[in-house]
Amino acid sequence: MPVVWLILIVLAVAVVGYVLGRGRALASAGGEQIKLHSLPSYYGSNVAMKVVVPAFLILVLWLLVQPLIVNNSVSGLIPDSEIAEGSSRGLVLAEVRRAARGLDNAVAQGLITEDFARNARADFNDVTARLKEAGQVVTSQITQPILRAAQEYRVLNATGNFMMSIVVILAALAGAAWGLYESRADFRARNTVERGIKALLISAASIAILTTAGIVFSLVVNTVEFFRLYPAFDFFFGLTWSPTFSGRGGNSQLGIIPLLWGTFYISFVALAVAVPIGLFAAVYLSEYAGPKVRAVAKPLLEILAGIPTIVYGLFALLTVGPLLVSVFGPDGAGIMQSGTAVMTAGLVMGIMLIPFVSSLSDDIINAVPQAMRDGSYGLGATKSETVKQVILPAALPGIVGAILLAASRAIGETMIVVLGAGAAARLSLNPFDAMTTVTAKIVSQLTGDADFASPVALVAFALGMTLFVVTLGLNIVALYIVRKYREQYD
Amino acid sequence: MNDMPKIEQATDMTDSKISANKVQVYYGDTHAIKDVDIEIQPRSVTAFIGPSGCGKSTFLRTINRMNDTLDICRVKGSIQIDGEDIYDPKVDPVQLRAKVGMVFQKPNPFPKSIYDNVAYGPRIHGLARNRAELDDIVASSLQKAGLWEEAKDRLDEPGTGMSGGQQQRLCIARAIAVSPEVILMDEPCSALDPIATAKVEELIDELRENYTIVIVTHSMQQAARVSQRTAFFHLGILVEEGPTQDIFTNPVDKRTQDYITGRFG
Ligand SMILES: Nc1ncnc2c1ncn2[C@@H]1O[C@H](COP(=O)(O)OP(=O)(O)OP(=O)(O)O)[C@@H](O)[C@H]1O
Ligand SMILES: [Mg+2]
Repeated sequence: MPVVWLILIVLAVAVVGYVLGRGRALASAGGEQIKLHSLPSYYGSNVAMKVVVPAFLILVLWLLVQPLIVNNSVSGLIPDSEIAEGSSRGLVLAEVRRAARGLDNAVAQGLITEDFARNARADFNDVTARLKEAGQVVTSQITQPILRAAQEYRVLNATGNFMMSIVVILAALAGAAWGLYESRADFRARNTVERGIKALLISAASIAILTTAGIVFSLVVNTVEFFRLYPAFDFFFGLTWSPTFSGRGGNSQLGIIPLLWGTFYISFVALAVAVPIGLFAAVYLSEYAGPKVRAVAKPLLEILAGIPTIVYGLFALLTVGPLLVSVFGPDGAGIMQSGTAVMTAGLVMGIMLIPFVSSLSDDIINAVPQAMRDGSYGLGATKSETVKQVILPAALPGIVGAILLAASRAIGETMIVVLGAGAAARLSLNPFDAMTTVTAKIVSQLTGDADFASPVALVAFALGMTLFVVTLGLNIVALYIVRKYREQYD
Repeated sequence: MNDMPKIEQATDMTDSKISANKVQVYYGDTHAIKDVDIEIQPRSVTAFIGPSGCGKSTFLRTINRMNDTLDICRVKGSIQIDGEDIYDPKVDPVQLRAKVGMVFQKPNPFPKSIYDNVAYGPRIHGLARNRAELDDIVASSLQKAGLWEEAKDRLDEPGTGMSGGQQQRLCIARAIAVSPEVILMDEPCSALDPIATAKVEELIDELRENYTIVIVTHSMQQAARVSQRTAFFHLGILVEEGPTQDIFTNPVDKRTQDYITGRFG
């Protein structure tokens, strides 16, 4: 039975349970709602909860565990002789699964019968031919043991699925019975449901946290692995970045300094563009603009924030780069070789960050109490004097927080850099040179066909970890400042 | 007997500090102030009283054009200070506000040091030529506001760290520092305890010698204690205005009587 059906059945049981539970509770109170401990719907929800939660938990666990068990036992059917040179048991198992799926599809199309598919004495040549006939992709080397394993795989899975359906449905029914048994007037259904909802919310929150922990964990593990293959000192203090993909990356030089330099240089240019423009835009919008201008300009700025960064990357590559070259390139000032440069990426990234800075600053400026403005205007200060001397100082900690958040976005930005700044890791002061950043290099280290156990690929994790630590630090400082500032006016 | 105040009023008309004529204030479509005529005497305290929402703050804010900072607010009619129409296009509201200071309901010191709070106005108006002069202005303003003793040792500490009463006197010192001629106070004691209130009232009484003061208050006793003249507003209309003594003991209008005896509001 397909899983979808199973889910629908469980849900149907839950709905029926809801209605019955509600009715039973009401009946136990003699139809007088006032005598119930909780509203009738809570009794229904209690039943539904007891149907759905255990049944789905079992379902999920079963779906996770069954493939492991089946793979394990099928794997035992494959003799070592079947595993060709340069191949692995995993690859052969994948072949088995493909054959099994082919059989499934052929049965579904009615080209072979279920009996034929299960026939232990079937000739593998015959089966292969029939599968091909059915349009199923089968590699030519389907062999007797693989066919046997595939048949076993199908049988095990079918039994497993059948048992799963039974167990899940039984669990649902048992839950319904339990819930219905509880549906009496004095049962505290509301509290139970409340606890259930709390558990649901907690599990959602813990999934988010556990995932983060998992990501960090995998970063750490791989980083440690990298440092076993490559000295940490050379990584953190090396001035050259030149990975060689040949010879398992044996003589690569993987110093992070040029990448960090590129990252910070580009981020610096980006912030130099975004901070003044974003801040002034925010001041204009919150202090000077009339309600009509505000109503149009604010959403427009926010649209800018919704543009995917790849679009900004294209803008950098196709518009800003050539424009800069025409001014600073060989025909102009002569200090720019090609369109991809720190300046190109930095300018475009700055544009990307403008709405980010401006909308955060706008919120912060608006949070400065009107009383501050009144006090200043009441003393005969002009608008700009008020902004400069009262509002900005009062909002400063929050604005600094916003800038730090923008900085951590700039540091983590990838697409604009890949398209706008080039791929050359270089330590240079000229903002019109091509440089590259940590993020761009992570991409290029992993998109090559280097094998994942070599230092040239593993270095990506060390880079990611470094980046993670830097942006985490920035975010913590920023959040600390923002929070501190909030307390001031609450 | 009844004619006496009227004659007094008429003689004062000539040298009144502020004179308002047929003032109308609109917030969008709301007509918040209707046809208000009033003469405010120099070097005296005038109290505005009236039930909540009757337009006291609104009218007070027309006197230093604070309403200009609200987009939806429109003012019609004329208000003259020293015979000059303050709504004349030639008048710069920024300069007007240096002449007509304001103290708000809630103390609103800037998040700066006590010194910088008081020095704020003199700095933006360039009233001091050097640091020594600025120090003098700050000191004398704090003295006039009766805050010098408490503040002189902590001038570098933030103004927001003072007590509510101290903060309010700091705001008064801040207003005095630009040497205004008129000081508008919108319920300056409503956030203060009785002791701090008494101090501020004492201060207002002293300031009367040099400044024209208009104070909005919800406390009848306060109006009686600090003001020489009282104006009673109701639903955007100036119902009655006269010497405080008369308003409280012998009001002409039924509504004034009802209000001061606590029958509504
Ligand atoms: N910013 C504003 N926008 C729209 N209407 C306003 C605004 N400020 C005041 N009003 C309206 O103008 C009228 C007078 O308000 P105002 O604040 O002057 O009353 P008030 O006498 O000072 O009251 P209170 O004693 O409660 O301070 C009220 O009806 C109020 O709703
Ligand atoms: Mg008011």
